[in-house]
Amino acid sequence: MSSVESLKTLRYRRSLNAGKCILTARQPRLTGRGPRYSLAVRSAFGHSVAVGIVLIAASLRTLELVKPMKASKSGFNSRSAIKNLRFRITLLALSMVAARPSEAADTLSTPLNYFLHSYGPAATPVMHLGWLMTALLSAITLIVILLLVIAIVRKRSSADSGMIGAESGGLKWVYIGTGISTFILAGLTVYFLTVLNAVAKPTETPALTLTVTGYDWWWNIEYEHADPGKRFVTANEIHIPVGRPVLLKLKSADVIHAFWVPVLAGKTQMIPGLVNQKWIQADVPGIYAGQCAQFCGAAHAHMNLEVIAESDRDFEKWQEAQRRAAFPVSEHNEHGYKLFMDRCGGCHAVRGTEAEGLHGPDLTHLNSRGRIAAGLLTNTPDHLMEWITRAQYFKPGARMPSIALSDSEASALASYLSTLD
Amino acid sequence: MAAIGATRHRIDPPLERIPEVGRIPAGSPIEARLEKIWETAPGWRGSLSTVDHKTIGVRYLVTAFLFLVIGGIEALFLRIQLVGPEMGFLTPEQYNQLFTMHGVTMIFLYALPVLSGFSNYLWPLLLGSRDMAFPRLNALSYWIFLFAGLFMYISFPLGQAPNAGWFNYVPFSGPVYNTGPNIDVFALGMVLLGISTTVGSVNFVVTLFRMRAPGMTINRVPILVWGTLTASVANLFAIPAVSLAFFLLWLDRQIGAHFFDVANNGQPLLWQHLFWIFGHPWVYVVVLPAMGIVSDALPTFCRRPLVGYTAVALATMATMLLGFGVWVHHMFATGLPTVALSIFGAASMVISIPSAVAVFAWIATIWLGKPVFKTPFLFFAGFVALFIIGGMSGVMTAAVPLDWQLNETYFIVAHLHYVLLGINVFPVVGAIYYWFPKFTGRMMSEKLGKWSFWTMFIGFNAGFFPMHIAGLLGMPRRIYTYPSRMGWDEVNLITTVGSFIFAVGVLIFLVNVVLSVKRGARAGANPWDAPTLEWAVSSPPPAYNFATIPTIASRHPLWEGRIEGEEEHSRTKLEEGYLLMRGRETLGTSPIDAKPVVILKMPEDSYTPFLVGLFVSLLFVGLLLHSWTFTALMTALSCAALSVWMWPRRNLGQRTTRHDPASAGRGGEGP
Repeated sequence: MSSVESLKTLRYRRSLNAGKCILTARQPRLTGRGPRYSLAVRSAFGHSVAVGIVLIAASLRTLELVKPMKASKSGFNSRSAIKNLRFRITLLALSMVAARPSEAADTLSTPLNYFLHSYGPAATPVMHLGWLMTALLSAITLIVILLLVIAIVRKRSSADSGMIGAESGGLKWVYIGTGISTFILAGLTVYFLTVLNAVAKPTETPALTLTVTGYDWWWNIEYEHADPGKRFVTANEIHIPVGRPVLLKLKSADVIHAFWVPVLAGKTQMIPGLVNQKWIQADVPGIYAGQCAQFCGAAHAHMNLEVIAESDRDFEKWQEAQRRAAFPVSEHNEHGYKLFMDRCGGCHAVRGTEAEGLHGPDLTHLNSRGRIAAGLLTNTPDHLMEWITRAQYFKPGARMPSIALSDSEASALASYLSTLD
Repeated sequence: MAAIGATRHRIDPPLERIPEVGRIPAGSPIEARLEKIWETAPGWRGSLSTVDHKTIGVRYLVTAFLFLVIGGIEALFLRIQLVGPEMGFLTPEQYNQLFTMHGVTMIFLYALPVLSGFSNYLWPLLLGSRDMAFPRLNALSYWIFLFAGLFMYISFPLGQAPNAGWFNYVPFSGPVYNTGPNIDVFALGMVLLGISTTVGSVNFVVTLFRMRAPGMTINRVPILVWGTLTASVANLFAIPAVSLAFFLLWLDRQIGAHFFDVANNGQPLLWQHLFWIFGHPWVYVVVLPAMGIVSDALPTFCRRPLVGYTAVALATMATMLLGFGVWVHHMFATGLPTVALSIFGAASMVISIPSAVAVFAWIATIWLGKPVFKTPFLFFAGFVALFIIGGMSGVMTAAVPLDWQLNETYFIVAHLHYVLLGINVFPVVGAIYYWFPKFTGRMMSEKLGKWSFWTMFIGFNAGFFPMHIAGLLGMPRRIYTYPSRMGWDEVNLITTVGSFIFAVGVLIFLVNVVLSVKRGARAGANPWDAPTLEWAVSSPPPAYNFATIPTIASRHPLWEGRIEGEEEHSRTKLEEGYLLMRGRETLGTSPIDAKPVVILKMPEDSYTPFLVGLFVSLLFVGLLLHSWTFTALMTALSCAALSVWMWPRRNLGQRTTRHDPASAGRGGEGP
């Protein structure tokens, strides 16, 4: 299998395995090849050939692919899975950078690893640039350090005349060394400017425009639409359709944050008073992790987000669901609803109710989200109640207070919150 | 002088006299008289009033090393917190204060002051002078540095230390999001420190162009002098930007100005520009003198002069010049237009070229020389290796789209530590080993020295190299903790272990210093057989530095006559020279050719620098505490102390009112 092909297969496998758990993700199911496949391959192939570094890229990939490919021939069984795992642990120990690349983004062991993984045209050329520069500059580093070491240890005539060497001479080193360096730097400059040009703007008109606003310490996400009735707000979880460029307008409500979903694109600061633009595109369905990349205060470490790329159909379905207001309150949940209005509604909004607070995330479809507290906890009923009662323990300094609730209050509130699908 | 003299002495009264040329044998009564003129009074009076550049230099070094140790301990606390995922060793607020103070301490209170220490101590000795151009300004520079350092730690024990990072971006550091005294301490402290750096820089610039021994033409000064000169000139342009930025921030915070306040049409991005217009040149300010140290000291251990003196000197200045045109590479992710980013990205690539010149010059020097493997050599050679690694990772960050990924990750942390520890700390420690005999008259232990080098070198690489990988794995900077699912556990564990090994290496070095001060083997005037002028005087040097002002004939005064293929030329005269001993005197020379021009009368020791420093610092304390009466009082006292300092005194005049045709207009001119 050629290197390029292995790259193709990898991308293809990824697209199939999105969202599955680690073990099943290793079992390829080679069914039909959809249109997404060719899209991913074309972009990957195009970039790789264009920059002429497909060999380095593919060898890195192939290294990581060897085992899963073998496992696929014999079909899935637990022994090969364990062997596979052992291989991967060894690989991790050896290289320290090895991730589990054959999995979808959401099951990567290093979800922010932009060096070995990229899933969209705003990130892939940059990843290749990174490979080329790393390879080239590492080689130069080794050569120059080798020269230094040879300079130190090389044999010299042992007779110590007490004389001092002449000052002249040796300038050839400076001329040749600097000349070669200048040549290489010029080449790298041309290459990085090409990449900059390639990733600065999307090739086609963005299918969708979102406004992402950074708050201490969470993300507000507004989906724009020509029809005001179809606009909606959510938080901390961005859904996008696969294979389409999405324009992001980046704002800040308080201090400077930076939007960064490494495997989709580099980071851009969100600066109060300015609207920065960036674009992302995911060519493979999956969950892509992001994190605030500009120091923004006490809980900077806990300001994460997720981008979920899904098929057009799934994305439309999700959008429809998000546009709906919350379900009417059943009699059973009256108490919880009242508690919510008293304690939560001042800061949080639930569309279709009197809760219209704008200081915290919109909770209309809270349970549609995979994580809460800007990625800090998975969204389970237990975590949710722990978060509500001990927010300051989890995220010291956050505007969300730890809310004291009696047991009966807690269960009533939990019951109401469970209706926010 | 002769050319301009004709027009000049129509206005100016004539110079006083022409100095005699002669010798002062060691131990002679004349030498004792000279000693008496220059010595500092014993006891506390002397320690508060001294203006001896050597004392001030040592003070700078000791104070900077204390700050290095404090900053290092802070770093170890941070590393304990990050040793594993979700550790609770520090609270987020403690973590933020510690990483901020770590940066502030290392960058502002260690990195430049330690180099100022070397330069203060060495410049007059390297240049063949008796002191810096403005000895009292020199003392003031130190006192304000010390007080500014203490000032910035004033709120640390209260748990209210600066907490917005050393870069201190608004609006997070503004009045709305940071209500405590944390940032006020930082802002005022930086303005105060700026005074120290500015007066120090002025002093270096004037010293270079005025105080060189006769014959030390501009192409004979050591590279350390080029480095410090370049850095000082840069400071004069860069410091105003940062002082202004911090002053405006303080106005925003305390009197309701709106320079950075979006709600009132202020602009937060302005802060980033002002800060990095200062910040990037500063990076070169704290490395160029250290590179100069290596360029001067490495040849001693290679038994040959530096390869490409002119190229390295020019590269030093080229780096600084370009250094003013690359600040936007700290701001690639701020949404500036692509064209602007391209220009600054390309400029950041170009700045690597002068560094390549220096690196190849050092390697060639070692290659063509006969290395002597003493401890300083190990540190300098280690420095070259670390510089190469740090330089290469720097090239990666210059590539704009790649920097959009690398920026604000641990890759940058790795890069900047390779640069700052590699190019500043390693040469500095090497330089301490090298000049310790000159400072103290004793050698440092070679055995402990080699232990300290290898422990530091291995610990450094074990600690900081994995940070590159953490960065490529997407670990952002300045996060106080991370969940295990991110896959950063192993690299952080290794980094923490490495950082502690490095700390042990530094500890071995400090132990070596302490032991050697008392028990080191006695050193002669020139224990390394080095070429430069500071090794011509005894170790430690006498208060007056040079009994007679020497006349210099080459770049390597102490190697003359032993260099292979050397052409015959007039020899440097170290024993015989101008006799200057009517009070504190030294020789002023012309800026380029170092022709004798004038006898400079140097001021006596004085309490005024200490008092001005103290009152100005208390003035800032008054501003911090909003105690306006106290502030006004301190302003008045500062002015009073300055007036005493500046009061004209006849005995410092260089010209005479008596008309003496014999010496008119020719005072100081050599034979």
